[in-house]
Amino acid sequence: MTPVQRATTPDAARPMVEAVAVSKRFGGNEVLTSISLRVERGQVMCVIGPSGSGKSTFLRCINHLEVVDAGRLYVDGELVGYRERGDKLYELKPAEAARQRRDIGMVFQHFNLFPHMTALENIAEAPTTVKGMSRRDALERGRDLLARVGLASHAGHYPSQLSGGQQQRVAIARALAMDPKLMLFDEPTSALDPELVGEVLDVMRELADTGMTMVVVTHEMGFAREVGDAMVFLDGGVVVESGAPRELLANPQHERTKAFLSKVL
Amino acid sequence: MRLRHPGRITVAVILILLVVLFVLDAAQRTAFDWPDVGKYLFDQRISQAALITLQLTVYSMVIGIVLGLILAIMRLSPNPVVKAVSWVYLWIFRGTPVYVQLVFWGLITLIYNSIIIGIPFVHTWDVIKIDWVPPLFFISVVGLSLNEAAYMAEIVRAGLLSVDAGQEEAAKALGMSWGQTMRRIVIPQSMRVIIPPTGNEVISMLKTTTLVAAVPFSLDLFGRARDISAETFVPIPLLIVASLWYLFFTSILMVGQYFLEKRFSRGIGRGRPAIENDPDAPVIVGGVGGVR
Ligand SMILES: Nc1ncnc2c1ncn2[C@@H]1O[C@H](COP(=O)(O)OP(=O)(O)OP(=O)(O)O)[C@@H](O)[C@H]1O
Ligand SMILES: [Mg+2]
Repeated sequence: MTPVQRATTPDAARPMVEAVAVSKRFGGNEVLTSISLRVERGQVMCVIGPSGSGKSTFLRCINHLEVVDAGRLYVDGELVGYRERGDKLYELKPAEAARQRRDIGMVFQHFNLFPHMTALENIAEAPTTVKGMSRRDALERGRDLLARVGLASHAGHYPSQLSGGQQQRVAIARALAMDPKLMLFDEPTSALDPELVGEVLDVMRELADTGMTMVVVTHEMGFAREVGDAMVFLDGGVVVESGAPRELLANPQHERTKAFLSKVL
Repeated sequence: MRLRHPGRITVAVILILLVVLFVLDAAQRTAFDWPDVGKYLFDQRISQAALITLQLTVYSMVIGIVLGLILAIMRLSPNPVVKAVSWVYLWIFRGTPVYVQLVFWGLITLIYNSIIIGIPFVHTWDVIKIDWVPPLFFISVVGLSLNEAAYMAEIVRAGLLSVDAGQEEAAKALGMSWGQTMRRIVIPQSMRVIIPPTGNEVISMLKTTTLVAAVPFSLDLFGRARDISAETFVPIPLLIVASLWYLFFTSILMVGQYFLEKRFSRGIGRGRPAIENDPDAPVIVGGVGGVR
């Protein structure tokens, strides 16, 4: 891993995500141990690792759904979840934390669409309640986004009336409706039937082509190889190995990486 | 032709015969005094009392639901003090009979007839007399609603807990505040679990209002029926009149409950939009939208 400096660099050169020795424990169980990495603007970073290695926990730390115990996380140069005054860190108030999360989109393994709202309402919800956008504008924007994920004709469907792949595409559109600068994907295709994986990956590929910065936890190595700009292998809460996906997948350096890849490839 | 359910039909025929017998018999019994039932059914005193019973029910339920929601949220709070307050409230109000509570509320002006300013058992600076005597209707509503709040709290809590944790997380990740998440995401989904038992609570409240006699408040439906029969010495027709009114209200409530339940199960069925109103469409009762 490249040694990381404090994120004080202005704009364009500033990484989108910068983790500096991030640690997280649940009770006595240390789930993340001193994770340091950076995701540049416009990059697609793939995170792989065995079950329980802390991949989800790391993603959740990035948008402060989990509180980091030690180390620092910066998103676009801004410290996540804390305010730094002098040498001390003060945890942000809930409203301030919510403000930070607006700019970070998240897509979940189980979609987590709101079942009491139609696809279109799901997408229009946050822009209206959080950003105060007019309902009309939000619905119009929602229609555009639905068209973008290939579901223009499904606006009035409730989540229970959509296939898994369709639900996940709506979930992606819902996250995009907040105009995020960073998108987090936590195993977006692993709850899907194999024949539905492709349609979701296609949407993600198109999104990457628009220059969106993405952190993707995935076991879709084909996608990682093709779309990913960087890759880290997590095991036991530490970054065991990182590098360009092609390189790392074809030529793993660590025994643990080799063992893991031999199982999933 | 063979009968498909010979047992069922036999039982049904016997039951119908018994009902017919009972009705014919009741029609002839003088104690029921049917002409009097007809006379009092639309008596103005009775219909006014019915209105008061409705008011008792509505006010007590509305206050009970609001307080119950607050208590439920308090119980789910991470703050142990807040949690304990809610727990103690539930412990007291669910642990004592509502009749006894109503007697207590009726005596409240005797218990708290003054405010003592000073140090207890040591020194008294001043005693402020409380002159205000609240109307008995008001006391009845207080008694009924504070009791109801304890039951509603449990119902609301079960509803809130029934919503998948992923829902709150998704809302949070979109930048929604806790309040927005509750109002827009969690509470609407919990309604599906909250409404059926709440409907039962409304129906039960309608009947519990008869206990305001303990306050003692007697302008409600049953109280009025009792008072009239005390003058006329014919209790039975008035009991029937009161029962018919209660039955009428509960029947309406049951119909309302049916439509509310339908409204809040939106998005839960699995049908395509075209067959959304298909009554035979399977409904997933436990899960959230078949996501898992
Ligand atoms: N809220 C929590 N409380 C306690 N322990 C937790 C919590 N969340 C996660 N853990 C533990 O942290 C460890 C890492 O979990 P995490 O979900 O981040 O792994 P993962 O790499 O995403 O695994 P998977 O591939 O199965 O999703 C696991 O041992 C898990 O049991
Ligand atoms: Mg995970």
